[in-house]
Amino acid sequence: MLGDRTGSPGGASDVPLAPLPYQVRSVVRETPDTATVAVVPRGSRRIGPTRPGQFVMLYAFGIGESPIGVSDETDGVLYHTVRDAGRITHALTRLTPGDLLGVRGPYGHGWPMEAARGKDVVIVAGGLGLPPLRPALREILRDRDAYGRLEIVYGARTPKDLVYYAELQEWRRRADLRLQVTVDAAGRDWYGDVGVVTTRLPDARFDPERTVAFVCGPEIMMKFTAQALVGRGVPAESVWVSMERNMKCAIGLCGHCQFGPSFVCRDGPVLSYGELAPRLGVREL
Amino acid sequence: MANGAAVGDRSTLSRPNLPALFAAIRAAGYAIVAPTVRDGAIVYGPVERVEDLPIGWTDRQDGGTYRLVRRDDAAVFGYNLGPTSWKRFLFPPHERLWTAERKEGSFTVTPEPTDTTRWAFFGMRACELAALDVTDTVFLKGAVADPTYRARRSRILRVAVQCGQAARTCFCTSMGTGPAVTGGADLILTEILLPGPHRFLVEVGSPAGAEVVDRFAESLSPAGPDDDRLARETVERTAGSMVRRMDPTGLRDLMAENLDHPRWEIVANRCLSCTNCTLVCPTCFCSTQEEVPDLDVRSVERWRRWDSCFNLGFTELHGASVRKSGLSRYRQWLTHKLGTWHDQFGTSGCVGCGRCISWCPVGIDLTEEVAAIRAAPRSSGVEARGR
Repeated sequence: MLGDRTGSPGGASDVPLAPLPYQVRSVVRETPDTATVAVVPRGSRRIGPTRPGQFVMLYAFGIGESPIGVSDETDGVLYHTVRDAGRITHALTRLTPGDLLGVRGPYGHGWPMEAARGKDVVIVAGGLGLPPLRPALREILRDRDAYGRLEIVYGARTPKDLVYYAELQEWRRRADLRLQVTVDAAGRDWYGDVGVVTTRLPDARFDPERTVAFVCGPEIMMKFTAQALVGRGVPAESVWVSMERNMKCAIGLCGHCQFGPSFVCRDGPVLSYGELAPRLGVREL
Repeated sequence: MANGAAVGDRSTLSRPNLPALFAAIRAAGYAIVAPTVRDGAIVYGPVERVEDLPIGWTDRQDGGTYRLVRRDDAAVFGYNLGPTSWKRFLFPPHERLWTAERKEGSFTVTPEPTDTTRWAFFGMRACELAALDVTDTVFLKGAVADPTYRARRSRILRVAVQCGQAARTCFCTSMGTGPAVTGGADLILTEILLPGPHRFLVEVGSPAGAEVVDRFAESLSPAGPDDDRLARETVERTAGSMVRRMDPTGLRDLMAENLDHPRWEIVANRCLSCTNCTLVCPTCFCSTQEEVPDLDVRSVERWRRWDSCFNLGFTELHGASVRKSGLSRYRQWLTHKLGTWHDQFGTSGCVGCGRCISWCPVGIDLTEEVAAIRAAPRSSGVEARGR
């Protein structure tokens, strides 16, 4: 469809569906249940370069694999922000530096960076939706002049659920983007905004017809955000959301991630709201 | 046949000479897997001799019903489809993919050795050849080809049989997949019971089939015009006797536009989510992966196992399933099979074999469900809600 939405099918391993050995370089505890794990190859072989919005299968040896977005790739180090939400992610968030794990990928179609060039970019993240958006954000910041205005809206449940706190502070200070942070609920020690992300959208400044939006978060949040953006005049085809589904193989063969006609692993995870709008209205599709 | 057989050649094989065909297939390097009677059903499994085939047996099938019955003749192929499909020999229900072992602070992965068995699929029906086309598309023509399917698929011999009768559950004529075998086979047999001696018309479908025929040419005689005609009439009679139908017109759109149809609730009230339909379906391809560690997690095995969209855990995400209701799971199965399969693979996922009808414990019949939706379609699926 778009030139830069290319995926990498098989991963680097010769053995299909077999992970490559990696090891943990560092771990940052982001929130009580979330950690950012930095990994490097344990040996000479590594997976191919990742594109913003792609994911990998992270493998906890002896436990199993889970699809995890890439939240950064710098100097050959892959960063993954993982929330403890099950047996496998529990093991992944408990890793410590030096520990062994497996990686295969990268998989899927990421954010359409090419389509965003020359346009205003609106990035809306809900909860753990921020990590898969971070590589897109960083790519824009690396080549800032190639894009128009940059509006970021980030919502979390409570202030202590905010990830990348230091980086958020840094973005807040920049003059070439605008970051709004909001939480669903907070105590008296929070002086920021309270409310779902859609309540912050009316304040975002962008030229709707020349805007590309990247949205990632819980499905219900993405649906209402996309509706609000379309309501502001952004074409549905210019609103991109990153879908999440159960995945076992990540290469379109196991059937688990189907969402209507799409295999989320292979056709997504990033798909256009123009294509998805009718499906997002169907319960339990 | 001094110059060897060629594709399209037809000859006649007498029933007493059928073992010569078995011997020729073996001599060409294949192990035979064929219909055989086991556990009260005709299933596909490895066989040694012609006598292992379900000679003189037939099956009576309908919604939720399958019974073996004795025939009053000694027909070799006088039955239709049982619960197995050939896919299990290309995409096994449970298969080890690789083994990994911790070593010096890292791990090494050893792939499962390639299965080098050369199977002759003896007795494939037209709809099953169509199903093979479908699974070829799924496993071989996507972005990544499935290596174990590809390895097994590259070694098979397809010995087809044109159906001499239809079960009450058959609807291949609706799906355009049978009962005539029109291609995709290495050898094509048609059983002729009467008039005259019990015999088979043997047609060469490929060079691999010709190679087999060359190995037992002395057991064959040239096919007379009568045998050609009788074979044609056999297939026509079978087609004419089919009682089930499904109108395939616009099925993709019919499914997409009726996600909120009240019929889903009605069928969901009957569906047990038992997964039988997906297990007997010759094209269902969903699988899961299992991690099997040894006691001290020094080495692990990775297995792939058939999975089903009817399992509650199939869509589990952060501890909850996307498709919690039976309604959503039946709807996923049928709309995928008949609808989104077209978007994904450019073909229907249904070949009209009828297995899912026979083996549904409550007799849910997809042809009935489609007819009910078609009889009173919703105007549009765009605003569709699940319930």
